[in-house]
Amino acid sequence: MSWTKKDLLGLEYLTPEEIELILDTAESFKEVSTREIKKVPALRGKTAVNLFYEPSTRTRVSFEVAAKRLSADVINIATETSSVRKGETLIDTGKNIQALKADIIIMRHNCSGAANMLARCLDISVVNAGDGWHEHPTQALLDIFTLKEKLGKIKGLNVAIVGDIAHSRVARSNIWGLTKLGAKVTLCAPAILLPPGIEITGVKTSSNIDEVLKNADAINVLRMQFERDEDAAFPEQLDYFKKFGITEERLAKAKKDIIVMHPGPINRGIEMSSGVADGKNSVILEQVTNGIAVRMAVLFLVSQAREAKQ
Amino acid sequence: MKEKAKILDQEGISRAIMRIAHEIIEKNKGSAGLCVVGIRNRGVYIAQRISACIKQIEGKDVSTGALDITLYRDDLALATGQPLVRKTEIDFDINDKNLVLVDDVLYTGRTIRAALDALIDFGRPKSIQLAVLVDRGHRELPIRADFVGKNIPTSKKESVEVHLQESDGSDEVLIAEKE
Repeated sequence: MSWTKKDLLGLEYLTPEEIELILDTAESFKEVSTREIKKVPALRGKTAVNLFYEPSTRTRVSFEVAAKRLSADVINIATETSSVRKGETLIDTGKNIQALKADIIIMRHNCSGAANMLARCLDISVVNAGDGWHEHPTQALLDIFTLKEKLGKIKGLNVAIVGDIAHSRVARSNIWGLTKLGAKVTLCAPAILLPPGIEITGVKTSSNIDEVLKNADAINVLRMQFERDEDAAFPEQLDYFKKFGITEERLAKAKKDIIVMHPGPINRGIEMSSGVADGKNSVILEQVTNGIAVRMAVLFLVSQAREAKQ
Repeated sequence: MKEKAKILDQEGISRAIMRIAHEIIEKNKGSAGLCVVGIRNRGVYIAQRISACIKQIEGKDVSTGALDITLYRDDLALATGQPLVRKTEIDFDINDKNLVLVDDVLYTGRTIRAALDALIDFGRPKSIQLAVLVDRGHRELPIRADFVGKNIPTSKKESVEVHLQESDGSDEVLIAEKE
């Protein structure tokens, strides 16, 4: 099994074997961050550009840390202070970065499909760090990596994704990845936050969190993205917490070793109570640590594939 | 690949490893402050066997680890076919230890160069010594082994294949000719 893609755009486009390869490679990379000198020379002389059209701290920093632990040079472009403000198109920006002889663009964009378009126009690698409501592949990979680390396998697991599914690229990437690896996925949200027809991806849907919790081996609790609430479709915050919020009382009725994940940042008291976020079932901070290993693996693999093609 | 000759059989390999273990103990005046690190894949199995022999002789456990050098290779950019990144497992402190680095075959010396770079990222051993099962010559870097199971003069057209029980189901060292 070898990796041949110069880009990572989404888990929809990967085979189960390719997903496993990323997870296995990440397992090897995890050790690097435990060393006294947390750095390996694998991407020495390579340049990675963080091109973020949406605010992000954890994903951007995680990618930057990952690239630096591989000895790559990292440049951060915040589009608010760049030529994008002057009307430069995405493709022109990408071609300029390519002309600077950068090797990898890590991009977050508010339009679904932006990373796919950029990747088609460029010879250098594009890694999708989240595009619109489409995909956020490295987040799903780190979620799956964490699950696998905790429970030993993915196949056959009951995984519930709870919250704002409609607006969530994290949910979509998780659905692709988990179903490809043989997990049973249930989406749980108020009906208005469940995209119609989502069942064709092979998932179940429910609006009863207590039912869903009974069977779940793991829950991935999504952030309520109030900043995307353009058409006021969102439930009132307190009401949501009452009906869907993960509390200690709710968790007490779930499997004893249920894994609680959250991609962050947490709205405490809306998606989950503080007691759950900081409780013994929570792996939220381990997800952050694993994110570095997963992103190191992705940067390494796309970079190797591009070298091999040249 | 056409097999030409069997250089070592199972007993030959066991004797060579036992002799290396004795030499390591002699050179380091015992096993105190000693640790053994094998290079993936087959170096790890040889390292484990050397450690077992040292324990048998000295009666004390020797810290033993595994090193993956993929990320330190100087031909990473040129590598045809994708090198798989495997796990490094050194869960002990190497500072101020006499560290014996172990590999199956010593050839150009480039693997050892990469391994030395990797080890230095883990700390500052008092010394690093090199043990190999086979030294086949053709060095491209100024590197030599301290402990050698068998010196095998080869031509560059030949390849040396080390088979070990743990990875290949049998213990033998073969010379084959590339066709």
